[in-house]
Amino acid sequence: MKDGVNGVALAVFIFFFLAVTVMGFLAARWRRADDEHSLDEWGLGGRSFGTWITWFLLGGDLYTAYTFVAVPAAIYAAGAAGFFAVPYTILVYPLIFTFLPRLWSVSHKHGYVTTSDFVRGRFGSKGLSLAVAVTGILATMPYIALQLVGIQAVLDVMGVGGGENTNWFMKDLPLLIAFGVLAAYTYSSGLRAPALIAFVKDTLIYIVIAVAIIYIPIKLGGFDEIFKAAGDKYTAAGAGGIVPAEAGQWTYATLALGSALALFMYPHSITATLSSRSRNVIRRNTTILPLYSLMLGLLALLGFMAIAAGVKVTNGQLAIPQLFETMFPDWFAGVAFAAIGIGALVPAAIMSIAAANLFTRNIYKDFIKPDATPQQETKVSKLVSLLVKVGALVFVLTMDKTVAINFQLLGGIWILQTFPALVGGLFTRWFHRWALLVGWAVGMLYGTLAAYGVASPTQKHFGGSAKEIPGIGEIGYIGLTAFVLNVVVTVVLTFAFRAFKAPEGIDETSPEDYTADAGDPGVEAELPPATAGASH
Amino acid sequence: MSDVPEVKPPAVTPVRVVIALCLFAPFVAMLWVGSYAKTDPAFIGIPFFYWYQMLWVLISTALTMIAYKLWQRDQRARATTKGGVEA
Repeated sequence: MKDGVNGVALAVFIFFFLAVTVMGFLAARWRRADDEHSLDEWGLGGRSFGTWITWFLLGGDLYTAYTFVAVPAAIYAAGAAGFFAVPYTILVYPLIFTFLPRLWSVSHKHGYVTTSDFVRGRFGSKGLSLAVAVTGILATMPYIALQLVGIQAVLDVMGVGGGENTNWFMKDLPLLIAFGVLAAYTYSSGLRAPALIAFVKDTLIYIVIAVAIIYIPIKLGGFDEIFKAAGDKYTAAGAGGIVPAEAGQWTYATLALGSALALFMYPHSITATLSSRSRNVIRRNTTILPLYSLMLGLLALLGFMAIAAGVKVTNGQLAIPQLFETMFPDWFAGVAFAAIGIGALVPAAIMSIAAANLFTRNIYKDFIKPDATPQQETKVSKLVSLLVKVGALVFVLTMDKTVAINFQLLGGIWILQTFPALVGGLFTRWFHRWALLVGWAVGMLYGTLAAYGVASPTQKHFGGSAKEIPGIGEIGYIGLTAFVLNVVVTVVLTFAFRAFKAPEGIDETSPEDYTADAGDPGVEAELPPATAGASH
Repeated sequence: MSDVPEVKPPAVTPVRVVIALCLFAPFVAMLWVGSYAKTDPAFIGIPFFYWYQMLWVLISTALTMIAYKLWQRDQRARATTKGGVEA
């Protein structure tokens, strides 16, 4: 690490940061609609985004700064096992192709802003909807905190994160400024701010990756050398490898599948989805979003390059920023850091909006003030989005980073437990609402306990997300095991509750709601088999 | 929407089977880790394990795109035959 502050890189970083700040505030005027005080406007950008904006927004949302830092960091530390992020993102798109358009349609028809709104409407159960909302908020909070960790990593490498000797205030000041600005424009512009900034973020990221993937291998003597150096390192360390060992393959596959199932359960993914203009925007996006997966794959390879470039860091999170600083001229390192930094702001904004929407719609309106007007809803959402960010900030500044990472790991396991209620509910009303609730609770409990029991060389608990699958004996992703357990419990109990004729709750949706496409007269009712049978 | 009970085209048609296969193929390919957990053949120095999965990003994109096009066509066909008895 170079000593002191990297002036040129910092100047470039600040330039881009200021540029997006201005954009963030101006975004409030972008495509403004008449009714600017409704939650649809602030929290979903007026549900008006077309294919390209949605693409940038979703890309900016799903591929976060933390992803950019953590995926190569995992490769840097463990080799092939960290590459599961690529099959994971490959599987996401065929998966959402099947259910996301249905969610869009039913949400559009009934004015749902969150997934919990849908669950409440479909199953007539405030309890189940509350469970989904709380899970969503719990899973999102640490995710926001990790975006801060991403910014911190960049600031550290630029030399403004402060060393051990600076006092805490000076050390954290840049982070406080960055988040103050973020909070201010999210408050004033809502979802439009991250949508606009996402353009800058993704453009920068694509430029940086394209340059990195060509320039760095040339400087390091080609991929042969890079993988040779990496292989030697793993062999010497006695951990990791260039390809996953036989024993690691179950883990690899279950992590990929479980994460793919979980991704669109996260509130921020749904917020970005519901902001799109039509059903087709979503389907079209499933065909162009994989471009980001390609980028992610290339990015992951940077982890090997960090090894070959001789980057030595104890904190793996710093490997990639450090690689950039070592390999790139200062000004371009600045561009790369700006890409990561802005890459943290976009998802943090969307996540805080998503969490705020959940709170407002499914806790505030359902349980505290049922007669809230749209203006009040928007006001509460705006305030909560601030609170959520402050909470995340406090979390990062007061607690050890590993706590945020542990919680994020747990968050992934938890959010997957809402899958049966949400995706199940999109296709069938067969599941009983109480069964879904018990299934969810069992999944949450098992997942949390199992994760607690995983030790790693550095941690006694929450040492990883994989554990022996009971009954199979292979090591698999805890989230997926918990999910299977969840589904089994739900199915068994549904039979039981139905046998005892437990009250089913009122379903306010009808089959054709799931295929409706607003403002598109050419699209007629499409009745996939699952719905056709579900309502009878 | 279709509030009048029409004679519906069958729910499972060859086109829909193809769509399902397009969407399902990536799952088989990616979850069968044993089929690609090896270093050779390498491509410009990148072990098989890595370039193969990146190649699948492109393959699955193409497959999803095909599924999308077929689905659109399927929907249009259904929209025009709505009210007819064609099955």
